[in-house]
Amino acid sequence: MVENRPLLTLFSHLVLILGVLVVAFPIWITFVASSHDAVRMTQVPLPLLPGSHFFDNLWQALTEGVGNVKEVSVGTMLLNSLAMALMISIGKIAISLLSAYAIVYFRFPFRMGFFWMIFITLMLPVEVRILPTFKVVADLGMLNNYWGLSIPLIASATATFMFRQVFLTIPDELLEAARIDGAGPLRFFADILVPMSRTNIAALFVIMFIYGWNQYLWPLLITQDKDMYTIVMSIKQMTEASEESPEWHMIMMTTLLAMIPPVVVVVTMQKLFVKGLTETEK
Amino acid sequence: MLKRVHFPPSVLPYLLVAPQVAITIVFFIWPASQALYQSLLLEDAFGLSTKFVWFENFTALFSDDQYLDAFKRTFVFSLSVAVVSMSAALLLAVMADRVIKGTTAYRTLLIWPYAVAPAVAGALWMFLFDPTLGIVAYVFDMLGYTSWNFRLNGNEAMVLVVLAAAWKQISYNFLFFLAGMQAIPKSLIEAAAIDGAGPGRRFWTIVFPLLSPTTFFLLVINMVYAFFETFGIIHAVTKGGPAKATEILVFKVYNDGFVGLDLGSSAAQSVILMAIVIGLTVIQFRYIERKVEY
Amino acid sequence: MAQVEIKGVEKVYPNGFKAIHGVDIDIAEGEFVVLVGPSGCGKSTLLRMVAGLERVTAGTIRIGERVVNDLEPAQRDIAMVFQNYALYPHMSVFNNMAYGLKIRGMSKAEIADRVQKAAEILELSSEQLTRRPNQLSGGQRQRVAMGRAIVREPSVFLFDEPLSNLDAKLRVQMRVEIKKLQERLGITSIYVTHDQVEAMTLGHRLMVLNEGNVEQLGTPIELYEKPASQFVAGFIGSPSMNFMDARIGAGGDTVELPGGVSLPLDGAGGREPGRAVVLGIRPEHLEATTGSDVASLRVDLVELLGADTLIHGHFGDDKADMTVRLQGTSTLRPGDLYPCAVDPAHLHLFDPDSGRRI
Repeated sequence: MVENRPLLTLFSHLVLILGVLVVAFPIWITFVASSHDAVRMTQVPLPLLPGSHFFDNLWQALTEGVGNVKEVSVGTMLLNSLAMALMISIGKIAISLLSAYAIVYFRFPFRMGFFWMIFITLMLPVEVRILPTFKVVADLGMLNNYWGLSIPLIASATATFMFRQVFLTIPDELLEAARIDGAGPLRFFADILVPMSRTNIAALFVIMFIYGWNQYLWPLLITQDKDMYTIVMSIKQMTEASEESPEWHMIMMTTLLAMIPPVVVVVTMQKLFVKGLTETEK
Repeated sequence: MLKRVHFPPSVLPYLLVAPQVAITIVFFIWPASQALYQSLLLEDAFGLSTKFVWFENFTALFSDDQYLDAFKRTFVFSLSVAVVSMSAALLLAVMADRVIKGTTAYRTLLIWPYAVAPAVAGALWMFLFDPTLGIVAYVFDMLGYTSWNFRLNGNEAMVLVVLAAAWKQISYNFLFFLAGMQAIPKSLIEAAAIDGAGPGRRFWTIVFPLLSPTTFFLLVINMVYAFFETFGIIHAVTKGGPAKATEILVFKVYNDGFVGLDLGSSAAQSVILMAIVIGLTVIQFRYIERKVEY
Repeated sequence: MAQVEIKGVEKVYPNGFKAIHGVDIDIAEGEFVVLVGPSGCGKSTLLRMVAGLERVTAGTIRIGERVVNDLEPAQRDIAMVFQNYALYPHMSVFNNMAYGLKIRGMSKAEIADRVQKAAEILELSSEQLTRRPNQLSGGQRQRVAMGRAIVREPSVFLFDEPLSNLDAKLRVQMRVEIKKLQERLGITSIYVTHDQVEAMTLGHRLMVLNEGNVEQLGTPIELYEKPASQFVAGFIGSPSMNFMDARIGAGGDTVELPGGVSLPLDGAGGREPGRAVVLGIRPEHLEATTGSDVASLRVDLVELLGADTLIHGHFGDDKADMTVRLQGTSTLRPGDLYPCAVDPAHLHLFDPDSGRRI
């Protein structure tokens, strides 16, 4: 701030607080709704302050299930989501580290060919090739399992580019020193390169975990078996109550549970998150 | 691109790229080429016979009013999302850059919607605006606007999905605007202040022009986001309705392919979408070259 | 016995650039050889070929009994200190030094023992051993880099401009330490630098390289007193040697400067009268005289350095700028005449075309 204008500063704070409130309002309402019972949730106007049924609802959701997705508990869905998010994020990081390493540190025929092949994936989001990809996965017998949920999503041009960028900033002399120390390619990778990239790996993990957790269309296609439902995709199913009106208190509890893991990751690892966001956009 | 020193030749690099390349071929390149091939075929309603029809699917699409409407709608939707989200984020970023105390706290409180899945964001906003129960709908009611019903009114449905999509993207835009503003040398602002420019004038004559690369970059990113990543919102909130009022291209591909089972048309739509992604990616990379010069 | 033998070594890069045109040298056990030359002269390339970091295009390199051309760096029994130290940033100082030993499968006790010994030699405290490289000062990092070389107990040390990232004062200090260390450990060393003072003070022998060719190989005093070429003469010594175009006098025993000044030459014959030469005189050899047949320098500028005085001036009508170094402070002022003479032993004559010493 250049000059001292207390009024303007006050105004800035007001705008920011208002902004925070608007951004947070939907979440507050979610929380409030998840803490009331079914009866209260049918009376207009809906409450603006939390009720006393939060833990009952939480327990019911985790153990039983919600609305027309009664067969499978939200607890199971959370586990499915966690498994999918972890497999996607770890898988992306692992294969991207390896391919970036090959592309930066080895000279071999078709090196650039592979590079461009990986680059092309950037231009083929799953949304634009839904049907044929679904068919491939079905033909490979990967429907309704974790492999089908995660493996088709773990190719990553952004992660490969980011690691390539990181490796390029590592001085050549380190490789030379390692070679003089007698480290072979795999040793150099495991002992030097991976530990030196660990903050980038962590930053990427934050971004990719959120990406994996928030997948919607893909699990919608791959999981017909309700045991494999992820939490994010099942919320939609819950709101589509056919006979009765939706059980909003339970749906909002599920929504809350679906938000908490990625939000906690972002807020607690804010630095890594910001680093990850800015670096994958290069 | 490549290190000056590298390891002696061996099969190792092939083994290292193998997993990524295998996944790329099986799940990206093969399906994409299938889509390309499919887009040139016409299948009868029962899937009994297929016929090679060259570009008939494409010409059919571009003479189909519904498809052209979806095209326009997608554009309106994307631009609205970008404008709403970016203006809100810019306002907040300007304020956060101004205040000395609490910038980090505000940042923490503003970034987390990024972590909310589009489909979940959709559910939240749908609940808020639910015509019978929703709190916002109740407020509308009190204000005398009693007819609110996004399930029946196409424009209202559009407003709702734009809001939900824009809300989620504020975090991202805020972070980049704030970073962009913090990268502007303080001396420039101070020089302008000495020249007698007040805060408002400084913003429009100094800060905003210097932010233009960030703004352009965010515009592209937001368009890509609205084009492809909002499927969850649309699917969860409106299912493209009412009466296709919120059917954007990505949703239409899904709907025609999976629900309508019109494979040729769906494939042709996929190919068109790929062309759009390629176009946007090229713009994005052009921008990065410019950023390097900047 | 030659510890390192380099024979007819050439380096041609894939793009056709010839970086080294053929180098021969036998380096004795315990000898300290400095490769010196301006940047791009090929000195680092030569060192990296010895290290095994660059392929040898032609010729052989032998370390001890073995031809090492096709051996991996780790198998060559060498250790290297890099210009930017190349310490592993994520490992403690101890682990930096121990890494190579661990890979070789040495026992933990022996590794600890060797690192401890190296740390004592380099005066690194045991607390410093637990730190990361980025928590150390430049000088300390330099020591760690040397420590990493020492613990390997190699038969050859290779230094690639190890001091150029340090500030001037630290550089002088570390130079002395490297010299002491090398004498104490008696390990054959090859040292690359572009700094002629470092080269002169450290090396038992110096190899001056220029554009991939060896200009001269010899002891520091040989290079100073009998530079084999105008390039070496200009490179070694500070301030650098004065050069002027001149001609051999009619009798073959004098050299005539353009301003009409004539200087007597040493007895050695074989100089054809009238031949064009380049005359080189070091600034410290233009000594003041009161004799009769003297050259007088017109003073243009005086630089007082405390211990020395540098005088810039010219002879007669000749425009060539000459530098003179005098001990102590001088009372000369611009415009004064400085009568001087040169011991004939300190006149250097070079062929104007080839640049070689005559």
